Amino acid sequence: MLFALLGVVAASSGVLAVVSRQVVHAALWLVTALGALAGCYLVLGAEVVALVQVLVYVGAIVVLVLFALMLTRAPIGRSADLDSPWQQRLAAGVVAAGTTGLLAAVLLTGVRGRVVDVDAARSASQPLARSLFGSWVLPFEVLSLLLLAALVAALVLSRERTGAPEPDAD
Amino acid sequence: MHLALPVVLASLLAGTGVYGVLARRNAVLVLVGVELVLNAAALLLVTFDAAYGDALHSGQVLTVFVVTVAAAEVGVALAVVLLLFRRRGDVDLRGATALAELRDAP
Repeated sequence: MLFALLGVVAASSGVLAVVSRQVVHAALWLVTALGALAGCYLVLGAEVVALVQVLVYVGAIVVLVLFALMLTRAPIGRSADLDSPWQQRLAAGVVAAGTTGLLAAVLLTGVRGRVVDVDAARSASQPLARSLFGSWVLPFEVLSLLLLAALVAALVLSRERTGAPEPDAD
Repeated sequence: MHLALPVVLASLLAGTGVYGVLARRNAVLVLVGVELVLNAAALLLVTFDAAYGDALHSGQVLTVFVVTVAAAEVGVALAVVLLLFRRRGDVDLRGATALAELRDAP
């Protein structure tokens, strides 16, 4: 089944993104995970969400992450100081396993035995657009204000304002 | 398709992201974990929209909103990371323990 295949790809790429020892590889595994997740959205009948996922996540967010890796002079190649010491990693693994188990148990008991069939009428993008620009138009506009505020905040944060002039400022 | 499949996938992604947030020392790689947790939530929204969807398509619309908020969050977070890099010279989270501005920073 297509969804199981894409799910295996997404989950394994996610695991590789958080355990990879090379920073650029971690970002590229994130691309794979997000792309497979966009495929999952397509299988679930949400084409618009899949397109937004590819455009915004893979196209913009991962590129931002790669830019940040370059600007922070991330080490190319294998480096050992990306991860915490093994005690913290062990604790993180326990917490992660607990989170997965708790979520899976709760959600599986919640959806017990339910089968979803994706019908073509619901997956059309026209009713989604009608809903997005009809009933949801006010949150949509508020979201544009949020993006503007985030842009201004990023600009203000990026300006070095420590008072002392630094000759090597880039 | 059985609904258990996307639900288990979302749980796995959320657990993976939690591991990434807790186990990484590089600040940019912590953000990768945050993205995975956000995507787990988005997958749940899309799944339940496909299963129990209402006339307003709330699940898909909220997923689009989550993606937009994630873009804004990554922009601000990367600005903060760059500021940390300029102040300290690295993005190691174990060394960044002070919340205030360091007046005598090199």
